[in-house]
Amino acid sequence: MTAVATRVSGQPQPVVSNARSARATKYIVRFVALGYLLLLLALPVMMVFYKTFEQGIEPVLKALSRPGFQHAFWMTLTITAIVVPINTVFGVITALAMVRREFRGKALLNALIDLPFALSPIIIGLSLILVWGKYGWFGPALEGIGFQVIFAMPGMVLATIFVSLPFVVREVMPVLREVGTDQEEAAYTLGASDWRAFWRVTLPSIRWGVAYGIILTTARSLGEFGAVTIVSGRITGKTETLTLHVEERIDSFDFVGAYTASLVLALMAITVLLVMQLFESGRLRRKGHDGHPG
Amino acid sequence: MAIRVEGLVKRFGTFIALDGVSLNVPDGELTALLGPSGSGKSTLLRIIAGLETPDEGTVWLGDRDVTRVPPQQRGIGFVFQHYAPFKHMTVRDNVAFGLTIRKRPKAEIERRVTELLQLVQIEQFGDRYPAQLSGGQRQRMALARALAVEPEVLLLDEPFGALDARVRKELRAWLRRLHDETHVTTVFVTHDQEEAMDVADTIVVMDKGRIEQVGSPRNLYEHPANEFVMSFVGPVTRVDQGWVRPHDLDILMEPHESAVEAMIERVVYLGFEVRVELVRTDGSHVWAQVPREQAEELELERGQIVYVRPGRARVFSEE
Repeated sequence: MTAVATRVSGQPQPVVSNARSARATKYIVRFVALGYLLLLLALPVMMVFYKTFEQGIEPVLKALSRPGFQHAFWMTLTITAIVVPINTVFGVITALAMVRREFRGKALLNALIDLPFALSPIIIGLSLILVWGKYGWFGPALEGIGFQVIFAMPGMVLATIFVSLPFVVREVMPVLREVGTDQEEAAYTLGASDWRAFWRVTLPSIRWGVAYGIILTTARSLGEFGAVTIVSGRITGKTETLTLHVEERIDSFDFVGAYTASLVLALMAITVLLVMQLFESGRLRRKGHDGHPG
Repeated sequence: MAIRVEGLVKRFGTFIALDGVSLNVPDGELTALLGPSGSGKSTLLRIIAGLETPDEGTVWLGDRDVTRVPPQQRGIGFVFQHYAPFKHMTVRDNVAFGLTIRKRPKAEIERRVTELLQLVQIEQFGDRYPAQLSGGQRQRMALARALAVEPEVLLLDEPFGALDARVRKELRAWLRRLHDETHVTTVFVTHDQEEAMDVADTIVVMDKGRIEQVGSPRNLYEHPANEFVMSFVGPVTRVDQGWVRPHDLDILMEPHESAVEAMIERVVYLGFEVRVELVRTDGSHVWAQVPREQAEELELERGQIVYVRPGRARVFSEE
């Protein structure tokens, strides 16, 4: 608020040196922030870009046409396409339960939701093997009916669900709290069933939280490495996602192949971030347009 | 439609919000639930609406026992304290909500919404979003939305609480007129006794989860059942063991057998009336309300010694 007022009224500080040092501080802050981001984030990504095309476009196209790469690419997309809807639906349901219902063990559940953030992905992978693997609890029975979980796609989906589970829940919960129950109750008194009140009133009012959660879940699903490494068995052309493919290429000294796969992953992630930015600026514009909250 | 509740008890944890409440609201009446915060008035309203379930007791709408009936099936309209607008919908869509849920034909919805927006005088704002309306306009929209489904009972929870004084007065008069035209049984919650007296046919005074008294505004003012009602409905000042309306406290210039000597501490001019604050010889403070003319005639001023006589003091036995 103050910043805007100052800008509009044209820097009304009477003391010139004060204004000058304020401006200097502003530039220093900007420089440090930008430099930090450049050095630590942008530079490595740009290096990947540079290294990919260092020997021209030819090797890149060759890497892109390799069956191992293409399989990994589709594997990553498929897993993401399965994981994101599942975690969105259950995330919203969990958030609703956490915010709107009272039940025993709520505090425990609340802590449990953050477990994927707290646990190292490697441990998540191992624990999945213990439950679903050949010598695990459910594994033998499932393999008996010809359904393999570990070292196959289902296990990789499970691992990705596990690591990306908290995002939608954690994004939606505060929004639900902020929105309150007034609008839902109003819908009930106007004759709306729980179901219709959810679709027509609750969901539209939490849609930004849901969208944000979906984007974060997508980004995490695309980039997951640790847990998937453990449960996949890393069979090229069979159980390899893009992240695993990058490592496999490095191990085979095919650096252009590794850089190319990395670049594709980075581009996917950047697309997701851009979509998020679009959402965000759309929301800000709406907020500004609406004027006062309430 | 008449409303009847009997033996309502509602607890929130250890807090007892309603402690055995029974009440009859006759068909077509405008009733105010009046009480301080925490008196249970909002809880009672929400139980009538079906937004809360009582721990004990029964609710009837007409001759239907609705105690376990969800709000959707009660045929009520509810206006929330903070209006509860659907923020992502335009004003028109807000008002149309109940009709859309009931799957009425589109043309009928259009016609009805226009009609309602005219009724609440916001027809020019139909395409705006709630956030683009003022508080008073939002409240009108909430009323139109509640009225759209033609409820048999209209319930309002502190409907004017968040508005400024002028808009509040305006909407109050408007609600009264609306009720006189439609005769929908209406119950509204308020903590403002002036609002209750101004609008309601009947006032239900509540305190600590119980009903203290039910009566017409005049009845409550003139024959309060107890100390709480008297002090909550209208101004009071305490004289010895009794309570007196400040306008029933006479100020005399000469000693009198039933009058007590007092010194004027402050004279406050409030337009038509004048508030005189006094301290009596025993150190107790009282205040009197006198018409401006009388105050000028008596030339009341600070430091003056006068004699005060309670005109119609009431003594309530401690319960």
